[in-house]
Amino acid sequence: MKTSIAALICGIIFGLGLTISEMVNPARVIGFLDITGEWDLTLMLVMGSALIVTVIGFPLITRKAHPLLAEKFSLPTKTELDLPLISGAVLFGIGWGLAGLCPGPALAGLASLDPGVFLFVVAMIAGQFIGIRLEKALA
Amino acid sequence: MIEPNVAGGVIGGALIGISSVLMLLLLGRITGIAGILTGVITWNKADGLSWRAAFVIGLVLGAVLYQLFVGPLPMDMQASTPVLIVAGLLVGMGTRLGSGCTSGHGVCGIARRSPRSFASTATFMAVAVATVFVTRHLLS
Repeated sequence: MKTSIAALICGIIFGLGLTISEMVNPARVIGFLDITGEWDLTLMLVMGSALIVTVIGFPLITRKAHPLLAEKFSLPTKTELDLPLISGAVLFGIGWGLAGLCPGPALAGLASLDPGVFLFVVAMIAGQFIGIRLEKALA
Repeated sequence: MIEPNVAGGVIGGALIGISSVLMLLLLGRITGIAGILTGVITWNKADGLSWRAAFVIGLVLGAVLYQLFVGPLPMDMQASTPVLIVAGLLVGMGTRLGSGCTSGHGVCGIARRSPRSFASTATFMAVAVATVFVTRHLLS
């Protein structure tokens, strides 16, 4: 229960961050990616600002024996630069460039009730299921 | 150049960072939205379904609060319906195979100095820039 309340609050903060920064706006995202057009550097400010907080905060936290509400840290352990990692990043990059939406903004954007965002989220969920199948086939 | 949203970008970005730091401090988890979504859609009760579902609900609630207190969500959709479907499929497949997206790799992974996250972020950024170049400048 405590972890769910904590996650709910963190989700709200994240959702406010995505909306206040306008990263829910595909026009802002594509504007950043369009480096040979009328470039919009907002996304760089958002990522830079987020990274200042995490780059300072993360090492201070992982020094602790365990998180406050859980027995242990659950962090990714893979270190290998393998084909699924890179091919996944390529597919994601194409989709992100086409729509200007990535998972966080797409989910937060559902609050706009825009049918296009719903369609994107349904397709993204279908894509994740296809991805899970592919992972099993490759393993 | 388009006028950047400097204040919104810096404040919003800091909130995204604070949320990720709190998730690590409290739950010991990486805030990767793609991975959190996978846990919810596969209904993985054995491994943290409730916190993941709570986070996704919070994400939408945050945007609802913005609409209540600030104004309509700034969203200008850029793609046609068929393109949105294709893009959604690619984002879903890609984030699953590639173990993460802009939040998990781009914000959290880089802070952990994960080589996989550096490689992923550099790749999806470069590919997305190339994709926009093709769709905005070569095909139109």
